[in-house]
Amino acid sequence: MTTKKIIAPDAKWQEIPMAGIIPTAGTAKEFKTGDWRTRKPIHSEEKCINCLRCWVYCPDSSILVKDGKVTGIDYDHCKGCGICAKVCPDKVKAITMINQSEE
Amino acid sequence: MKIRHSLTGNEAMAEAMRQINPDVVAAYPITPQTEIVQLFSNSVADGKVNTEFVTVESEHSAMSATIGASAAGARAMTATSANGLAYMWEVVYIAASMRLPIVMPVVNRALSGPINIHCDHSDTMGARDSGWIQIYSENSQEAYDNLIQAIRIAEHKDIQLPVMVCMDGFIISHGMEIIEAEDDETVRKFIGVRKPQYSLLNKDEPVTMGPLDLQDFYFEHKKQQAEAMKNSAQVILDVAKEWKEMTGRSYDMLDEYCMEDAEIAIVAIGSAAGTAKVAVDALRAKGVKAGLVKVRVFRPFPKEEIAKALAKTKAVAIMDRAESFADFGGPLFRDIRASLYEYDLRPKTVSYVYGLGGRDVTLDTINQVYADLERLVKGEQIPMLNHLGVRE
Ligand code: SF4
Ligand code: SF4
Repeated sequence: MTTKKIIAPDAKWQEIPMAGIIPTAGTAKEFKTGDWRTRKPIHSEEKCINCLRCWVYCPDSSILVKDGKVTGIDYDHCKGCGICAKVCPDKVKAITMINQSEE
Repeated sequence: MKIRHSLTGNEAMAEAMRQINPDVVAAYPITPQTEIVQLFSNSVADGKVNTEFVTVESEHSAMSATIGASAAGARAMTATSANGLAYMWEVVYIAASMRLPIVMPVVNRALSGPINIHCDHSDTMGARDSGWIQIYSENSQEAYDNLIQAIRIAEHKDIQLPVMVCMDGFIISHGMEIIEAEDDETVRKFIGVRKPQYSLLNKDEPVTMGPLDLQDFYFEHKKQQAEAMKNSAQVILDVAKEWKEMTGRSYDMLDEYCMEDAEIAIVAIGSAAGTAKVAVDALRAKGVKAGLVKVRVFRPFPKEEIAKALAKTKAVAIMDRAESFADFGGPLFRDIRASLYEYDLRPKTVSYVYGLGGRDVTLDTINQVYADLERLVKGEQIPMLNHLGVRE
């Protein structure tokens, strides 16, 4: 494995891999895209029954799970799409969406 | 060991491809290129090459498959002509910007419309800004030699750019000539094995190719591409030198014929240069100081070499087998005039668009151009922009 090297935003043309090639895997993790979000999911640990539907459906792998339990939301990558809140069972509704500006 | 063959241009290209033995060839037929991939498919069927031969449904797919294979680390080729090149347009640029060392014979043919299958350079001249290196061949021998050298140029670690090896449709592609070929082992030793810097199939070093590239980095990648194109000139010369040491046949960015003391000269690309050499010989026998410059490499453009070759002439006719509808001559004309601008002493330059749609270029046609140049040198006025041999 090559070691991951983050390219500085002001890197010169001589310093970057040719053709925009990304020479390592898993770099999306370093790319914080959560600031695109206008709405924010709030997870309630009390209400949650850990059915993990939200984890299955989240398109950005932003539901954090440890030992089979939802531990929170990765706000560095969550886009606020609201899918998790929608798929959370009606009787539970452990995720509510708020406006980012209400925070 | 040298082997003498009588081959058409297409056969010479197909023979070079058999010797190159690419890992992948994607093929789609188009006149007058069809024979190249058809003959190559015989080599595949007869087990003479180890190539994965992919028949596709269009030229867009042919180039896309070639790009995929090249990105995976393979030595990949395809071939095309005219509308086929036009149809693969989008991906032609992608091959260059992804820095994939694809080598593609292009058999020059007029672009539609009206539909025409014969030679002119409107197809590859249109692709002159696509980021591909362009090498033009005067005859079958050059087509063979250029194709093999192109592999080394494209794959050079500092270059990694695709190369079009161009040859005039029908005039060369279907005309039989004696060529001198090298034996398989010599060719294979010369080209070696491709060593890709990145490969999509290398699971130990996973990479992403062709990602979104926005305002913050796209420009830097274009600069890299421009720099690779700039550096390719020296690599083209180095590879030619090595080829000469092995085969005795020499190549340069351009070919100067009787230029040492020439007062009038023609600059041309491709098969017309062969005809012009005969005209020069006849004029020289009559004491006329005529010369010829044949441009072999059009991209990167040999600006200094051209200017140097023409510096001492009085008048130059620049022949373009492509009309670019700029009302300012063809692409070769404009590039040469721009190259001469740097110099205080420069010859008069006249543009001749010629041979469109396969219109024959005879000795008479060429003689007419030299006669125009002689009149110009004597102080007569002649038009700057001409369409040579058109009925009017
Ligand atoms: S809002 Fe969308 S992106 Fe964010 S955690 Fe829920 S499903 Fe994932
Ligand atoms: S869908 Fe609702 S209940 Fe199920 S794990 Fe997610 S937040 Fe908890």
